[in-house]
Amino acid sequence: MSPELQEILVWIVKVHVIFLGMVGTAAITTLAERKVSAWMQYRHGPNRVGPQGLLQPLADGVKFLFKESLVPEGANKWMFRLAPALAAAPAMLTVAVIPFGPDVTLFGITTPFSIVDLDIGVMYILAIGGLSVYGVIVGGWASNSKYSLLGGLRASAQMVSYELSMILALLSIVAISGSLDLREVVLQQKTIGDWNILYQPLAFLLFLIAAFAETNRHPFDFAECEPELVSGFHTEYSAMRFALFALGEYCAMVVMSSLAVAFWFGGFSVPFLPDAHWALGIAAFCAKVTFFLFLFLWVRWTLPRFRFDQLMNLGWKVMLPLALANLFVTGAVIAYAPQLKALWQNLFHGAS
Amino acid sequence: MGSLNPVQGEGVGFLATRVDELVNWGRKNSLWPMPLGLSCCGIELMAMIGPKFDLARFGAEAARFSPRQCDLLIVAGTLTWKMATAVRTIYDQMPDPKWVIAMGVCSSSGGMYDSYAVVQGVDSILPVDVYVPGCPPRPDAVIDAIIKLQKKIEREDPLRRLLKGPEHKPDTGTGTITKQPNAGVPRTALDLHPHDPKAKIEELLK
Repeated sequence: MSPELQEILVWIVKVHVIFLGMVGTAAITTLAERKVSAWMQYRHGPNRVGPQGLLQPLADGVKFLFKESLVPEGANKWMFRLAPALAAAPAMLTVAVIPFGPDVTLFGITTPFSIVDLDIGVMYILAIGGLSVYGVIVGGWASNSKYSLLGGLRASAQMVSYELSMILALLSIVAISGSLDLREVVLQQKTIGDWNILYQPLAFLLFLIAAFAETNRHPFDFAECEPELVSGFHTEYSAMRFALFALGEYCAMVVMSSLAVAFWFGGFSVPFLPDAHWALGIAAFCAKVTFFLFLFLWVRWTLPRFRFDQLMNLGWKVMLPLALANLFVTGAVIAYAPQLKALWQNLFHGAS
Repeated sequence: MGSLNPVQGEGVGFLATRVDELVNWGRKNSLWPMPLGLSCCGIELMAMIGPKFDLARFGAEAARFSPRQCDLLIVAGTLTWKMATAVRTIYDQMPDPKWVIAMGVCSSSGGMYDSYAVVQGVDSILPVDVYVPGCPPRPDAVIDAIIKLQKKIEREDPLRRLLKGPEHKPDTGTGTITKQPNAGVPRTALDLHPHDPKAKIEELLK
């Protein structure tokens, strides 16, 4: 087999494994959402299909596939059909640059376990992630319904506001790692003492809050605020088109969790085992992502929803100044007091 | 609903029945309800989704508040003629396939409200699949209704419907089951009502 052919084959396999893995995770997360909510409310949750209800996402998927997909009268038909794809695609595209594992050696072939290692991975993620607002606003506008329009406008305002804080939080990490390549950022966090959460806790907090807002999750799910807006921007969507919006939301959750893990929690590095096997590395990454996915669900079924003005105040008057100040202080330390980082680092390495 | 046995006729055979089984399995285990609590039955409806009764076990707890994303309309409570147009609109907004449960005696037959203001059974404006007696019915009675509905869904043949296009369904009642309980009672007050929404509905449906 020629090296080029082999490279293409490896690439095809990687694309399938990672993409299907992510979509599968998103599907399982929909079940987890119902199960976790059930357990938190002293219920059982879905348990009639498959063992412990594990086939519930499949049943939902079959139902959605064979349901009538309505296009309301007066809707902009072309835009209406386009919007779910626009909403689902960005989250699925950003998964391309996330490093899910270290170099994998299988059948004598060694390859990094990510679809592509871009030098400007962070830029790519932010650029593609920024497109996700279009699905929401196009869907809301094209439906020709007042609830959809208001939901779409709210969601887009919220996503644009919080994107700024998220980018600034990520920039702080880029500043201390000196690289826009996600794999490089992860490789710099070999041991727990190197994890960025110890150096940039404030940036992590800001990123986490912004991630909840970006994915339109509780406590910021104004886009589908039931008492006011029926179901928000996807009020008029039925069947598979609605399912695509949901899939996009859950894929975005997976991507945000992966980003949090890669940037702050050492990515695929295994705690206390710096030279672990690659399989263990992938398992560590999955375990960390699972925790953050659980955090999304945990918050959803615990907190009430904010008011819209509270959300905007938080975004512009608290998060943005904090993120700017954090970036400024980080830059100042890197420029004028690089020995501070070494001091801080020694503190943790001495402890561990 | 067409023939109960999809193997016979039309030339759709083994494969079609398999696909039908899969589709019916998906549909019956994912009946997302549109909660329509019109009176006291609504409280029992909420209890049904909460702990102890837990409708989530059947995959049917995901109440969507947009009719576009629902499969099951649960009419819980007294339906007045003033509300009738709204309920019919909600039903029309739901995409196919859709099912209706009439919860409680009021929505099944008008119950004790034998008056000009109350619809004498939602089956006069909607095709009802399962009736649940009780005033209000206990949540487990409604869960029983949902299990009965699941058994009904198992007998449908969605693939043939897909191939042949939607069949003409009579718009009110469900054929053999339908028997308006108050049919014998003279309803002159209703028929002579100046603002009869029933006539309005019929006019809208034309």
